[in-house]
Amino acid sequence: MEEKVFQQFVTVIGVSADEDRSTIRYNETPGWDSVAHMTLVAALETEFDCMLDMEDILDLSSYTKAIEIMRKYA
Amino acid sequence: MPDPISLKGKVAIVTGATRGIGRTIATTLYWHGASVIISGRDEEALAALCGELQGGAGECHSVLGDIAQTETADRLAKAAFTQFRRLDILVNNAGMLSEGMIGMIKVEAIDQTLAVNLRSTLLLTQAAVRLMRRNGGGAIVNLSSIMGRFGNPGLMAYSAAKAGIIGASTAAAKELAPAGIRVNVVAPGVIDSDMTRTMTAAVREDKLASIGMNRIGEPQEVANVVLFLVSDMSSYVTGQVIGVDGGMIA
Repeated sequence: MEEKVFQQFVTVIGVSADEDRSTIRYNETPGWDSVAHMTLVAALETEFDCMLDMEDILDLSSYTKAIEIMRKYA
Repeated sequence: MPDPISLKGKVAIVTGATRGIGRTIATTLYWHGASVIISGRDEEALAALCGELQGGAGECHSVLGDIAQTETADRLAKAAFTQFRRLDILVNNAGMLSEGMIGMIKVEAIDQTLAVNLRSTLLLTQAAVRLMRRNGGGAIVNLSSIMGRFGNPGLMAYSAAKAGIIGASTAAAKELAPAGIRVNVVAPGVIDSDMTRTMTAAVREDKLASIGMNRIGEPQEVANVVLFLVSDMSSYVTGQVIGVDGGMIA
């Protein structure tokens, strides 16, 4: 599950495969702005065939948090 | 050559679909090939409409709910996701008219008018866009009113809500254009409905005098413009407000 989530960050945000995952944060990691955020949400929803709750979309502020949230939908 | 007005294979949400303009829009989209998810507060009317919409290329599903309630928008989007895994068209039609002279409008009436007409449009747009992004685009049509453009005495809250829809739509059109999602507004004038049928003869005459074409419009005339705006016929049209008012001088 984690690798599927990370793959979306690689594809949408453009993080490198060897990126320190604990440092990937919204509005800090280059490429992860508000526009990319909604694209990332769409990619995660497509990958996991789900619809995230609004609270989770707003709460998805780091890669670590993304893993925590996507566990609910995986 | 493919028919550019065909909606075959597309999925549409239409709010306020149990009667009047909304019902006609849902029916029109269905018979042009779309699957429709209709919403409203009248369970019997929803079931009756879905019962009528049989034999076309698409399906009809209904979601019972008050569009003023926050969760209704999520329920509608989730119905599209659950049934079809996609959404191509959103028609934010649900609305309510409220009248009151300035100084005599209750706070509750202002809140309700904004919630039904404007807040619901914002919430459902947010939810719908997430599904539209996943299949590469879509079309949103928001129903405003000639009162949202020009106002009239006794309609301050209603006009504010309908003007808000125009502002929200033009902003959304700019934000969503890169995602292939078009957002347009239809602003009807006086259309034959339960409301206009209860007008007194004097009010009706007064209204007719302000309409260049000297007649009240039909719901189908609004639905036809919505059909154009959600179809590929308008593939390069976004951020527009189209009046359907017979040349009305508000």
